[in-house]
Amino acid sequence: MLAYIDKIREISRRLLQEGTVDMVMGFRKGTVPMMNEPCFVKTPEDVDTFVWDSNCGINLANYLTNRQEKIGIIAKGCDSRNIVTHIIENKIKRDQLVIIGVPCKGMIDRRKIQALFETEIENVIEADGNITIKGRGLEKTLNKKDVLQDNCALCIHRNPVIYDELAGDLVEEQKDVDRYEDIRKIESLSPEEKWRYFDDLLSSCIRCYACRNACPLCYCPTCFVDESRPQWVGKSIDSIDTRTFHFLRAYHCAGRCTDCGSCERACPMGIKVRLFTKKLEKDCLELFDWEAGMTLEKRPPLDTYRPDDPDDFIK
Amino acid sequence: MSGLGFKVKVYMMKIITINKEDWAKGLERLCDSFRLFGPVKQDEFHNFRQLVKGELPDLNLLNTRLSAKSMVYPQSEKMFEFTLDENRDDHHILKEIHKDYSPKAVIGIRPCDARAFLLVKENFDTPEYKDPYWIKSYEATTWVGYACNTPCSTCFGTTAGCGPFHEQGLDLLLVDAGDYYLLKILTQKGENFLTAAGWSSKADSDAARHEIETLKRAAEEKITARISTDKLKDKKTTELFEAPFWEEVAFACINCGTCTYVCPTCWCFDIQDETIGLSGIRMRNWDSCMYPIFTLHGSGHNPRNTKMQRVRQRFMHKLKYYVDKYGDGIQCVGCGRCIRHCPVNIDIRKVCDLMNNFEA
Repeated sequence: MLAYIDKIREISRRLLQEGTVDMVMGFRKGTVPMMNEPCFVKTPEDVDTFVWDSNCGINLANYLTNRQEKIGIIAKGCDSRNIVTHIIENKIKRDQLVIIGVPCKGMIDRRKIQALFETEIENVIEADGNITIKGRGLEKTLNKKDVLQDNCALCIHRNPVIYDELAGDLVEEQKDVDRYEDIRKIESLSPEEKWRYFDDLLSSCIRCYACRNACPLCYCPTCFVDESRPQWVGKSIDSIDTRTFHFLRAYHCAGRCTDCGSCERACPMGIKVRLFTKKLEKDCLELFDWEAGMTLEKRPPLDTYRPDDPDDFIK
Repeated sequence: MSGLGFKVKVYMMKIITINKEDWAKGLERLCDSFRLFGPVKQDEFHNFRQLVKGELPDLNLLNTRLSAKSMVYPQSEKMFEFTLDENRDDHHILKEIHKDYSPKAVIGIRPCDARAFLLVKENFDTPEYKDPYWIKSYEATTWVGYACNTPCSTCFGTTAGCGPFHEQGLDLLLVDAGDYYLLKILTQKGENFLTAAGWSSKADSDAARHEIETLKRAAEEKITARISTDKLKDKKTTELFEAPFWEEVAFACINCGTCTYVCPTCWCFDIQDETIGLSGIRMRNWDSCMYPIFTLHGSGHNPRNTKMQRVRQRFMHKLKYYVDKYGDGIQCVGCGRCIRHCPVNIDIRKVCDLMNNFEA
């Protein structure tokens, strides 16, 4: 995956030189281990600031919303699916974009890795599918496969679904992945147990909205939690208000979420917010045979009606 | 009174030695006269909360995920209660909610968080305006600092007016000397805390001072991150405001409130009334200048309507407006939390250097 960078730079340089795009969106090297920063480049000379490694987990589709320029954008499988969703939802036009597809082998989970060690990780080197971490008196090599973000470990769409250029050969998709083991476990709980489970899950939420703001789907000009006339949700860290925010946000993502993991990655408190959106993803798959962001040709199930839509849940 | 400098009391500094068994016993005794708070690990990180009797603060930490500011200034704080029941004589009258301002001690606060209270004090406790909740809570608290022998990699305290053994804002400083603790008493409040704890083995003060000095120097040497702030004061505000780098600095920002909520020096709040049936409370909640509604006017106009404007505001406030207004350096203690927890890796150290080195 590291080898993509030469190709990414080459394509970006060409697009900027030829004036095909006004800017290219990608990542530059972060200032702390296991973090890169989303950035844009506007001149061919600057394309060398781009990097590519297993710390590019942020979904760049989030940066496209309502932009007017012609944009080159580096897109992993999940980014590309959110680009599709953005196009379908009229948040960007297809002809504004040159999509530089990046076949992905997963992003690493910096919190999961840090939690393995008492010592602070100060340096991380990636090579040959291994992650070598270093800190004071600490040096250890981990297999990347063991420290992927949870969503990447379960990903079945690593290749971009829509692209104009490719930064590398398509990769083999993961087969026989059980995507919903955790969700089935929650589904099997009694209502009381579920309530307790969600209460615990959200107990450390500080209502910073990093999950919402990192999400490419959350582009409403005014989010329902920010409405003041009427004010739907209280602003304190009262557990009912916190739950309301998370539940409703998840429902707003039904049939749209690509499980890119941005929400979970962004949460400063390490809350597993994907558990909400994944349940809805599972429902959409089971009820409508729908996976979000796979095609520009079909409307999503929640903005269409068919007489044979499943309605068993209406009692 | 200048109102600018921090009050530095000259105090006969005393240092005592505490072996680690006596540490627990002393804390148990302290429970009789103080409410004790300290860092506790939950899930994968530490945060401050009240300790139950017999519970020890977990001092095996780099720093808490959230700063200690909630010890004085909770994220949601009830101020008044009221009733809307017009059959009652006191309807629509705000009544202050009783709160516990009995003595408490925060054990294990890092020097950066303790100094941060002094920066925040400039706002909550001024000759003109006094925030009663903040002041009462702050004054009820004894601050037992915990020196950083191994500062975080993101710490830049030594160039942000602080440092791993910094004493400003603390009543006592606890130093882990390996097999035992050294406790430096810095104020009369600290003295009272010591008396209540009953620790009494006075250290040879010269040797202890030397030992602390050695550890301090070693800790400071581990801090490699630096910022420069020397030129900020002389920069023209309007030129910095119009600087071309803001678009690039702000690009990655997703406008979440993480940086402001984890920050020990961010103080903004929003006042809200909430009612259930006919009874209600007035509370204040932390707010964040990163949110569009932070500045939304009743008219619908928003003077900071773009992400770039909001990002600029946060850095200009911390690194320029505060510097100019209070003449006491930047509104940042270098704890590095915003760097560690920003979901998109916006780094205040880079922005500070951009601002400090900017030539119009």
